[in-house]
Amino acid sequence: MINATGQMRIFTTDPVMETEKHAPLRKLANDISLRIEDLNVYIEENHILKGINLEIPEKSITCIIGPSGCGKSTFLKTLNRMHDETPEVKITGRIYVDGENIYDKGINVIDTRKKMGLLAQRPCPLPMSIFDNVAYGPRIHGIRRRKKINQTVIQYLQYVGLWDEVRDRVRTSATRLSIGQQQRLCLARGLAIEPEYILGDEATSSLDPLSTKKIEELFIKLKEKYTVILVTHTLRQAKRIADNIVFMYLGKIIESGPTDEFFNNPKKQLTRDYLSGSFS
Amino acid sequence: MKQLEEKVFKVIMIGAAMIIICVLIYIIGTIFYKGLPSLSLDMITKLPGGGFYLGKEGGVLNAIVGSLYIIIGSLALSMIISVPLVMYINFYLPKNSVFSGLIRFSLDILFGIPSIVYGAFGFALMVYLGIRASLLGGIITVGMLIMPIMMRSLDEVTRLLSRDLPDALLSMGATKYEMTKVIIKQLMPGLVTATLLAVGRGIGDAATVLFTAGYTDNIPTALNQPAASLPLAIFFQLGSPVEEVQNRAYASAVILTVLILILSFSARYFSSKFSKNKI
Repeated sequence: MINATGQMRIFTTDPVMETEKHAPLRKLANDISLRIEDLNVYIEENHILKGINLEIPEKSITCIIGPSGCGKSTFLKTLNRMHDETPEVKITGRIYVDGENIYDKGINVIDTRKKMGLLAQRPCPLPMSIFDNVAYGPRIHGIRRRKKINQTVIQYLQYVGLWDEVRDRVRTSATRLSIGQQQRLCLARGLAIEPEYILGDEATSSLDPLSTKKIEELFIKLKEKYTVILVTHTLRQAKRIADNIVFMYLGKIIESGPTDEFFNNPKKQLTRDYLSGSFS
Repeated sequence: MKQLEEKVFKVIMIGAAMIIICVLIYIIGTIFYKGLPSLSLDMITKLPGGGFYLGKEGGVLNAIVGSLYIIIGSLALSMIISVPLVMYINFYLPKNSVFSGLIRFSLDILFGIPSIVYGAFGFALMVYLGIRASLLGGIITVGMLIMPIMMRSLDEVTRLLSRDLPDALLSMGATKYEMTKVIIKQLMPGLVTATLLAVGRGIGDAATVLFTAGYTDNIPTALNQPAASLPLAIFFQLGSPVEEVQNRAYASAVILTVLILILSFSARYFSSKFSKNKI
């Protein structure tokens, strides 16, 4: 919600140009692997995302912040083409993943989704055992050898720190785990597909502080191997774990940059207002 | 005043609940009271003997087996059509699409068609196809009767399913077919409820089988032979002037009721077994 003064300021200061280019985020050891060019999303008559241009560096954590309804989740869904499931959504623009535009005609949506592991807001274990949850991805993507599947399941359950907690009951229902364990299971399940990117859609918002901490630690561990893109609306979380911050408001990117710079020295008035809590 | 409102409404609600329970007890009580004395082992293990309809020895095994054949066949038939249809309108068609609306509307109309109309339609269809009154005719007609019931109740539980599960599956790169297979597992209790509703309606219906399945004193051994059924057994025996035969109608009713109870309980048992991993 925007308070009265905040709303005034938005229209009096700093009109964001539709086509404004954003500087590339801080480059880490590696190069840009995900480039978004002039992305527009329309849901029926509403223009949800307006001319997004963004480059996301490899093997780092990028947090997308912004008030509710600013289009963060919509943006995240464009990355794994989940909007394909809702025909009223229209998308223009280009998203390059490893140099390929994922919205090109010849691109197989399954391949794109395989590259993008999604961690949803609420953990949603599949109606099967813990083991089968993790094994599901490899199985549907064609891995049949029992030994290989066993290995994968154990490897990723260990990776998310769940193996020691569940080793005696991997054959029991995944729904009996606590919600924090479920979320780690969902992460292991996503990792077992061997994605290159991890997308988190407010992945800790339904968890208790301790489980949140565990997931955050996992994200930090994940960026060694994966490119992590998180949507969050807790600024403190972004501050804790992000390498880069993207601030969105009303479907546009207002400001983006390395975390410390973004929080200590925001360039735009709107960003300063958001960080100081004038609106949220 | 507010408290009075509360009290009056409470009385109405409890009253309504009591009426339902009393009606059930009254119906079951009457059937058992009149039927139990005539119920013997012969009734459920023997075919009708020579003078069965005059009060001589024999049983209604032909009708029990016939009813089971018809209901199992028509369940299989309607499940083969319902499950794919419900998956199609819920997960393949876009939300609020005109076509899925049309399908649901058609189902609502089919739902409301009286069973005798299905019977007449089934009969006309059989005449057209040149089939005599037979097990197959009964299965098709009862199948048509229970199909909309099954689809509608399966559709309701499917619509209540949260979007989280399909989304989770799709974002893992599952195809829609792979997604559907997992969702059906999740929907198992709903499928069982739908089946129960369908069985309850189908097994007790006399009008649909009257012209289409016919009636016979034997157990059918092929799909093109006529098949007896319990509702018709009750109907014919109740119409007899012989008192003993009339009482056997009530005994047949007891058998039908117990059969439905057994089917319900076993369905619930298997549903809880299958769905132990459900969310």
